[in-house]
Formats: sequence, structure tokens, C-alpha cells
Amino acid sequence: MAIVLQLLFTGLGIGAVYALVALGFVLIYRATNVVNFAQGQFAMLGGYCMVITTADLGLPYWLGILITLLVMALFGAIFNLGVYYPLRHRSFLPVVISTIGASILITNLVLAIYGPEPTTLPGMTDYPGISFGAVFLDAQYLVIIATTLALVILQYFFFEHTMIGKKMQAVSQDKEMASLLGINVTAMIMLTFTYSAVLGGIAGILVAPILFVSVGLGAQIALKAFAASIIGGFGDVPGAIVGGLLIGVAETLGAFYISVPYKDAFAFILLFAFLLIRPQGIFGEKIAQKA
Amino acid sequence: MIWLAALIVAMGCALVLPVNGYLMNLLMQASTYAIAVLGMTVVLGYAGQINIAQAAFFGIGAYGLALGTTALGLPFFVALVFGAVIALLFGIVLGGSTLKLGGHYLAMVTISFQEILTLVLTNWISVSRGPDGISNIPRPHLGFLALDLAPHYLALCVFVLFLAAGLVIWLKSSRLGLSMQAVRDNELAAGVVGIDTYRVKIIAFAASAALAGLGGGLFAGAFRYISPDQFSFDDSVVLLTMALLGGVDVAIGAVIGTALLILLPEWLRFLKQFYLAVYGLAVILIMVFMPQGISGYFVRFFRRVPPMQEGAITPLVFGAAGSTGGMLLEVSGLAKHFGGLRAVDDIDLAVERGSVHALIGPNGSGKTTTLNLLSGIYRPTSGSIRLGGRDVAGFAPHLLAAAGIGRTFQNIRLFHSLTAFENVLIGSFRDAGSRDAESRRARAAAALDFVGMAERAHVTVASLPYGHQRLIEIARALAANPTLLLLDEPAAGLNLTEKQNLVALLRRLRGHGLTILLIEHDMDLVEQVSDRIAVLNFGRRIADGTPGEVLRHPDVVAAYLGEVAENAPA
Repeated sequence: MAIVLQLLFTGLGIGAVYALVALGFVLIYRATNVVNFAQGQFAMLGGYCMVITTADLGLPYWLGILITLLVMALFGAIFNLGVYYPLRHRSFLPVVISTIGASILITNLVLAIYGPEPTTLPGMTDYPGISFGAVFLDAQYLVIIATTLALVILQYFFFEHTMIGKKMQAVSQDKEMASLLGINVTAMIMLTFTYSAVLGGIAGILVAPILFVSVGLGAQIALKAFAASIIGGFGDVPGAIVGGLLIGVAETLGAFYISVPYKDAFAFILLFAFLLIRPQGIFGEKIAQKA
Repeated sequence: MIWLAALIVAMGCALVLPVNGYLMNLLMQASTYAIAVLGMTVVLGYAGQINIAQAAFFGIGAYGLALGTTALGLPFFVALVFGAVIALLFGIVLGGSTLKLGGHYLAMVTISFQEILTLVLTNWISVSRGPDGISNIPRPHLGFLALDLAPHYLALCVFVLFLAAGLVIWLKSSRLGLSMQAVRDNELAAGVVGIDTYRVKIIAFAASAALAGLGGGLFAGAFRYISPDQFSFDDSVVLLTMALLGGVDVAIGAVIGTALLILLPEWLRFLKQFYLAVYGLAVILIMVFMPQGISGYFVRFFRRVPPMQEGAITPLVFGAAGSTGGMLLEVSGLAKHFGGLRAVDDIDLAVERGSVHALIGPNGSGKTTTLNLLSGIYRPTSGSIRLGGRDVAGFAPHLLAAAGIGRTFQNIRLFHSLTAFENVLIGSFRDAGSRDAESRRARAAAALDFVGMAERAHVTVASLPYGHQRLIEIARALAANPTLLLLDEPAAGLNLTEKQNLVALLRRLRGHGLTILLIEHDMDLVEQVSDRIAVLNFGRRIADGTPGEVLRHPDVVAAYLGEVAENAPA
């Protein structure tokens, strides 16, 4: 029993990271109808930014986090201007391909500059964690779960109870109407990309101490996040979170009980099962195509 | 003929020209890759579906050949087909489970598939031989002809490449290929004109997988050694970039893109470790600055426009003509609820054969929703739709098209990158009377001529003025020989002259006995052409009758002009 609880805790921790990336992904999808295939690279960049600031430059951890968040915000804006904005009036296909191109560009740029060797980042705290009988709650996992929870609550209040949040929602529902009502659509989309990049960066900061920081990190997380958002119901915010947690738990249990080499395959098996049995996901994709 | 000559020259060059081993390797890589990239032309270029696992299918073909020959002892060509068929089957299963959903699902699922395949090839050592790969892959003997020598084998690869390219070129103007392009340009409209979009997408994806498998098999024979890292996500990216760079929707683009990106790394050696990053940047730049790819700059000059029709255009024949009297369409208790919103709520409607029936009502009264239910875009929450006595409620769009329903859209939905003639030709696929290609072309020409657009036949519809696009959309619906034509605000956005032409066109259609259900806001036009008018308000039918009765009905006046308060102060 203790082992199941232990695995469940670990699974929720890693799942929370997938959920954060999936969340960034869903926000961009809702604002622009574009699936951003570079979302995982945002997390990878966040991880590297932490390594560079804290390990290489020797800055304090908190300052590293601050710089990383700023860099990611800036990066989100540049990403929007370079990858989405020139194609905003074109159809779904060119924009998606453009984000795939961006993902390749980011990955290989980091690879060329930093090399293929994975590096490590120490945890946020020296405190090892809490023991509950036979179950050990690792501090970094606790930080991940707490941060994700806080972000989800914060985001809920931001979107439901602030003017700017409501404007962003309006843009995601009907750009033309929002623009007629005097909302600056371009600015709102810019903000969405910035925020999503920051979310990805946070995911990277959180996950860096438990996984190695490597160029493969982005693709690894992104694929789980895609799967998470489909399982949860594409474009659905609670769905992204539940889907992320579900995948984290599934792969942790799968790796322990079934096979370690195929650890990364469990998310996809779960994904295929959903596509066959319940393609609209747990909460259902909001499909509304108007004739 | 030109093709045959080119093939002979290319194969001759492969056999005769003295080529060093290194260049020979590059040429073999290019010719086998190009076959896989031709698959991308079909799935991404023609059908508009994003496949980012082409290297996985390429790998399946390569492993099929390698294991088929070395482990199972199959002859080379049997093993080649074996690998391609396995790739095809994976394509069908993967496409079948994903393509009912939106475009982004396929992109994600193919990436996942790519990752799983790499995992399996690396870890399932008893079958795949793991990361060490498979060596000593044999090359074929063709009867007495041994293709062991590299030039001979290259000639074989070139031959298969020509066959594949020929097939992909032929596909583009075929019925299946046009259906794929229709799905790419406007999936919703493709369904409504009678294309089984799900099936067409699966065929495109499976064909693409099979071509990749074929290329992969030849690749394995060319290098006689394969390992899992040759078929990774990065290689899928390279294949995607090749297709985009050359021009994704033309076969020659696949060949150009492949040739360039195989040779480019040689020229771009100075970039060293940055060259994949340059690929990524190239993908973005191609999307932004040259969406047609390199071939986009010259293909248009070589495009031969076949004459629309030899000789005189025959007049359009209406299959439904002559059968007047009785109800063609009977709708009862039809409802569509979106959550709590009752967009259409318990509507009854009967349309008489050979009549023009208008459906009017204020904005948001449920008119377009009703049309979407009748054409299968939405499934009704409840109620029945009987067409010629047959219950068709809940049918998919292409089945309703087959049952005889044609429609146009409020915001025109044409296949924008195709010509006017091709748009209408796609409409004619559904006509039961036009069984062969010749009679379909004749029917399309007749439909285009009927609406007065015959001279614009070979113009790409995106460049036509709005009014002409409306007429072409009507011609597309007429080409299918519908028994019931649904028109969603055909006069919207038309100027006065165009509206008068539309009235004349609608009257001619009625004269031919075609039954029409018309949504329109222009009351002038409605009064001029309608036999009966039904009025909707808040999802309910509030009146139905002759124009005279309906337009004076107090509920109708109230719905349009607002309620007159009983005790309003003077």
C-alpha cells in the first residue's frame, strides 16, 4: 500500500509539470486556434536559463528564477512576433508548421550552443522532505505540486475576476467581435504568448531538479502535455490539468509495475485508448464549427 | 512520352556515368527519400493533413525489407512489398483512429507514433536487433540481371521514383485527388458536396505511409545496413522540410526539395552543428515568405489547362424535373439544442416538390441551424427529416448529398485554391447519372454554363469577385443534380444587378422543376421567387403560408418590427 501511495505522489508531482505545459498550450490554442508545437521547448529553455544563471553564473536561486521568468516573458513576445504574427491571417496549417519549425530551431540552437550532455540543477531547497510512515514526500515534488496548485488558482482569478483576463477570454471566443468592442486583439494575443512562455518556463524551473536538463527535455515534456490535453478534452483548462496528472500517475505506475524502458510509451498508450474510446476527452472538446 | 524519355535518360545516367562511391550514396539517399517525400505531397500537399512521422513509416519499410530478407528469407521484391504493406496497415490504423478529429490530432498522434517506434526499435532486441541495427541486407536479382552493383541498384531506385512520381501527378487531377484537395481547402463543404471526408483522409494518409515504406525498403537495400537512429523524429523533420521547401502540393516539388536538402548539407558544412537549426528557421521562413515552395515560382508557367469541353456545351439536365406534386421534404418536431440554448425547437416544415420555399426570420432565429441539420452538419437533438418519404435525420453530410440534398453557404465555402471548373467538377462526382469522367466533365461544364460562368472556368476561385463566387457555389451544387437545393442567403453581399440576375436564375431553376429551400433576408427577392414562406423566431416556426398571408401575419410583423404595446401612450 505504501508503495502505491509513494508512486501516486511521484506521479502527481511529474504530472503537475505536464499539466503546466499543457495549460500554456491550451491558452494559446484558445486565443489563436493554433496548436503550438514549441510549447515543450519553452520548458526546456526555462531549465537551461536556470542552469546558466545559477550553476554557471553562480547567482542566487531566487535571482535565477526571477531572471528566468523575465527572459521567458521576453521570449514569448519574440515568439509571437516571429512565428505567429506574420501568419495570423493564414489558415491553421501554415501556422502549425511554423511552430514546428520554431521547435526544431530552438532545440538545435540549444544543442549547438550547449552540447548534448545533460546537466543537473539542485533542488529549490536543501530540506529533503517529509516522511509519512513508509511514504516519503520529497521536497521538490511538494514544491511542484504546491506551485501548480497556486498557479491554477491564481489563473482562475485572473481570467474570471480581472478586466484584462476577461478581455483575453473575449479574444479567444470571437476576435472580430472583441475587436469591434475596442479590445486590442493583437495586444491580448501577445499577452497570451508571453504568459504561456512564462508558464512553460516555470514548468522547466520546477522539473529541472528532478529530470536532467537536456535538449531532449522539451520534446519529452511536450509530447506528454499534448497527450494530457487530448485526454482532458482539447482546449479545456481543467481537462489539461486532470489529463496531466493522469499521465504522470499512469507512467509512474507503468514504469514501476510493467517496464522501465517503455516508460515514455505509457502516455501514448493512454492517448490511443482515449482516441479510440472517448476522442473528445474527459471534459469534451468544444467543437463548434459554424456553417 | 516526355516522361518515358526522361526516365530512360535518368536510368541511363545512373548506369553509365562514372560516379564515386560518396556521390553514389548521396544519389541513392536522394532517390529513396524522394519517394517518401512524395508521400508527404499526397498527405500534406493534397489532403492538408499534418504527418510528422514520415521517417517512422520509412523505417517500417526499411525494417520490413531488412528483416524480411535476412530473418524470414523472403526474396527482395516480396520483402519490399511486405514492408510497404506493413507501413500501409499502420497508416490505416493510425489514420482510422485519429482522422475523425481535427487536424491537430493527427500531428500529435504521428509525433507520438514516431517516439513509440523509436522506443520499440531500440528495445525490442529479439526482433529489431536493437540499437546495433541490421547489417548485410541483400540487393535483388531480377531474373538473370543482378542488381548488386551500385549503379544498377540506383537505376532501380530511379525507376521506382519515376513510377511513384507519375502516380502522384496522375492522382492530383483524378477524382480521388480532387476530393483530397477539396478536403484540404474546405472540409465542411467537401462533406456537403458528397465527399466521404473521413475515408478520403485515411486513404491519403495510408497512401503516404505506403510510399514512405516503399522508399524505406529501397533505402535499406541501398545502404545494406540500418539502425533505429536513422528513422528518428529528426528525420521526419527533414522529410517535412523537404516537402515544404520544394512545394508541398506538386510532385516535382518533392523531388526538388529532396535533392536540395540532400546536397545542401554538403554545401552547408561550414554551419556544422547549426545546420538542423537552420532547417527549423527555413521552415518558418518558407511558411512566411514562400508558402508555395520553390516550385511555386515556376510550376504555374508549365501548367497545361485542358479545354473544359470539346465542342458545344450541352444544356444542364435536371433529374428531378417533371415529378411535381406531393411533399419532397417533410420535417417534423425538429430540434437542436446546444446545452441550454434551443437554437431550433420543435420545427415542422413541408416543402412541396417543384416549389420554392423561403425560410425567413430575424437574426438568431434558427434558420442556418435548420439548414445545417438538413445538410448533416449538425445531428438533430430530436425530430425527423423525411426526404421523398425516407427518414434521413442524423445522416452524415456526404450521405445526405447522396440522398439528393445540395446546398450553398451564407459565407461562401468554395475550394479556394482550385479553379471554378474543378470546384464544379467536384460537385458532379455525386451525380448518379454521370458515371464516367467524360460525362462528369460535361455535366460540370453544363452547370457552370447554366449560371453564366463558363468563361471563368479556369480561373482560381479565390481570385474571382464575390458575386461570381456565389454563382460558382450554386453551380457546384447543381452539378450534383440535387433533388432539393438549400440556399443560405444567396443574395447577401450582392449588388442590385447581381440580385436581379439571381432572381432570374432562381426562376429558371424553378422552371426546370427543381425544389428549393431558400434562406434570405432580402424581402423583395423572397416575394419575387417564393411559392411559400415559413417564418422562424427564437427557434420556433411562427407562420407558414403564401407570401401574401405570411407577410401580413401579426406575429410575423411583431417579430420583425417589435410588439405593438396595447396601451401605448399616443
